[in-house]
Amino acid sequence: METVTSLILIFIGAALINNFVLHYFVGICPFLGVSRRVDTAFGMGCAVTFVISIAALLNWTFTYFILRPGAVVPAWVWQTAGGDPATQVDLSVLSYIIYIFVIASSVQFVEMYVRKFFPPLYRSFGVFLPLITTNCAILFACLEIMKHLQDPTKLWGLHEALALALGGGVGFTLAISLMAGIREELDLCDVPGPLKGAGIALIVAGILAMAFMGFMGVDKGVAGALGSLLR
Amino acid sequence: MSQEGPTVLEGPTALEGPTALERFINGVLPENPVYRQLLGMCPVLAVTNGMKPAMTMAAATAFVLICANIMISVMRGLLKPHLRILVFTLTIATFVTIADRFLAAYVYEMSKQLGPYVPLIIVNCLIISRCEICASKQSITVALADAVGMSLGFALALASIATVREILGSGSWFGLAVLPGSWPGWGIMVLPPGAFLTLGLLLGMAEWASRRRAAKLRGSG
Repeated sequence: METVTSLILIFIGAALINNFVLHYFVGICPFLGVSRRVDTAFGMGCAVTFVISIAALLNWTFTYFILRPGAVVPAWVWQTAGGDPATQVDLSVLSYIIYIFVIASSVQFVEMYVRKFFPPLYRSFGVFLPLITTNCAILFACLEIMKHLQDPTKLWGLHEALALALGGGVGFTLAISLMAGIREELDLCDVPGPLKGAGIALIVAGILAMAFMGFMGVDKGVAGALGSLLR
Repeated sequence: MSQEGPTVLEGPTALEGPTALERFINGVLPENPVYRQLLGMCPVLAVTNGMKPAMTMAAATAFVLICANIMISVMRGLLKPHLRILVFTLTIATFVTIADRFLAAYVYEMSKQLGPYVPLIIVNCLIISRCEICASKQSITVALADAVGMSLGFALALASIATVREILGSGSWFGLAVLPGSWPGWGIMVLPPGAFLTLGLLLGMAEWASRRRAAKLRGSG
């Protein structure tokens, strides 16, 4: 049961307490660019959640078996080639290049899939679908997962990596949908001229970030509640 | 964050783009990457709670941008249109790895503090957009001037935001106390919301100033 609790805590931590957009500032680009209408924003959020999960799955696999210090595959290659078994093989210097390559290719596949099966959605995304590649949120999730695969005594399993990725994606969807809802209302407001567009959007985001600061400490309460519930 | 998105490579006309000097000047103020183009917002918001991290980030970004621009410009004749974005990102990722290892080796504390934002330079749209708009079409000199200009503009923008946030948030600048000890320190300014609010207000002020200047020019002309 402890596994379930820790998974739920990772999920809530990524989605609410340390929201990717409002706490870590990743994914600001679509957050400002695609948040004019709620339906497009929600679609964008779903696309990002989808890509983030695929990228986390692939990159966890690559990191766990190949890139982390002391991983299985390079150690086997090293020893087969006649290397000293006492030497620890560490390929983590390659991780950034591998991650961005994996993300770029999975975005390419998602784009082809959406274009073939959901043409209206594809048209409404426009240029922002290929731009998911350069969405910092996805690379950020992979880097967070990598951080938890460095220490061999407490390695993250695939389930934990996926909980973080899903939580991040859901948190992104939540933030961008909230933002789009507020911006739809803002269209009817009399905003001072120079602040129109990005300026007022950033100030609204600041107020949203303040609201999300209220989630700090929720994890302790949730952990306690889950502990008493599952006992 | 690119509002214009990847533009399609244009034909031979694109070869007669702006000169090196124009590119350089454009980057600093008229086309400032942060205030004018709204590019590379993640580091702008994330590392500006003090001048030191902001300037380290500006230096790292400048290194990557200059190297990537030169590299892309050198191999611009070999680029295939459908693969160019992939080539850009892989080139950038290589230089980011170098910068990241360098920071971890020589300024370990700062590297710890910047955390994931150094590798996130890979997906900084500022660099990709410069590779796309300038380096993949123009000669090395122009690409170099463009990269230096844009890096200066980016550093200026980071410095402006970091100055406001550090002075109001902790009463210091570059770690040196500038406000009297009785200053309460607005905690919110060093926390995430302060970043959004500061950037929003500064953007508004920049827009207001440029509108006023435009109005004046119209009035006198």
